[in-house]
Amino acid sequence: MTDYKMRPVEGTIHFDGAQATKGFNFNKMCFSFNNEEARQAFLADPEAYMERFKLSEEFKQALRDKDLNKLLELGGSIYYMAKLAGIFGWNMQVIGGMQSGRTTEEFQAYLESQGRGKTTNG
Amino acid sequence: MAKVIGGITTSHIPAIGVAIDKGLEDTPYYRDLFATYPPIREWLNEEKPDIAVLFYNDHGLEMWLDKKPTFAIGCAPQYENADEGWGIKPIPPLTGETELSWHIVNHLIENDFDPTVCQDIKVDHGATVPMTLLWPNHNYQGIKVIPVAINCERHPMPKPSRSYAFGKAIGDAIRCWDQDAKVVLLGTGGLSHQLDGPRAGILNAEFDNYCMDKLVSDPQELCKFSNVELIEKGGAQMVELAMWLAMRGALGEGVPEERLRNYVSPISNTGVGVQLLIPQD
Repeated sequence: MTDYKMRPVEGTIHFDGAQATKGFNFNKMCFSFNNEEARQAFLADPEAYMERFKLSEEFKQALRDKDLNKLLELGGSIYYMAKLAGIFGWNMQVIGGMQSGRTTEEFQAYLESQGRGKTTNG
Repeated sequence: MAKVIGGITTSHIPAIGVAIDKGLEDTPYYRDLFATYPPIREWLNEEKPDIAVLFYNDHGLEMWLDKKPTFAIGCAPQYENADEGWGIKPIPPLTGETELSWHIVNHLIENDFDPTVCQDIKVDHGATVPMTLLWPNHNYQGIKVIPVAINCERHPMPKPSRSYAFGKAIGDAIRCWDQDAKVVLLGTGGLSHQLDGPRAGILNAEFDNYCMDKLVSDPQELCKFSNVELIEKGGAQMVELAMWLAMRGALGEGVPEERLRNYVSPISNTGVGVQLLIPQD
């Protein structure tokens, strides 16, 4: 059999076919958030909205808990979760902190610690 | 015959689009980044390319998981942008160039690449942020655009070597098109960043600069990486190097002149590289 399995990377879930299969309904729901009416419908009644997309109880609970790592584990894709995050007004630093166990300020400081000062211009 | 006059690499992160919307270009956080672009705009104003071939990845606006092409080419007269769910204002439509699009498609299929052909697609921030950076105030009416999308969202993704070869075939197609046209290539996205999971926030300035060095002098070195190696070095979204490699493939095999380079990190969660490469012929 062709060897196409990706080796594990710590702290990372490769969004592959297996994950995409598990997470399809959830990601489909998040894809719907490209539309303002859909965002408002979700905010008005999240339970009904999740039911409409036939989310599993595990997905529903992870979303109620706002447990982003659990959503990833269940098959969420970060590109669609970003649309969900937008509904709550969370930017990439907010969700970066939520996923890596840091406050937003700590997460920003972590980014800066690896970057600023390494600017080149020429 | 058509001529490739240059290649530009640039980030396409949404935060840059938001910063433009809010007029934050001259704030301390963004100043170094935005300072890169005026010399590139001057070059574009002098050279006046007719067409931009824009390599980007769709992040779930048009190409969602239900039908997700590995490689796709726009063959539309116009490309609209739309609400992506979190706040950049949509920009006016881009004008397409159907004749060259179809020429590229025909050339690719004759040469054993079989992309998805798109006659009606919306383009997302992957395309619109670079256009807004390079032609501010929506002043891109003078240039026609051919968007080329590469899957960077769901594995399996094309190998880096394959994205390079795909770009090379597109460059060959452009150079054999029997119309006098000046074409600029845009490789968008990257460099190091990871948005997802406990490892979110990883950056690798050293590797980013290595990639920019090799992109100029020896892109074959970058083609040796697998996607998982890129993820290990620069985070899960480092795979967006695909668009840089496709651009470099299209630029041609000789070592180009590196007219300009800038690297700023972090902007949002990303190491942001910008280069202007001029092919030597």
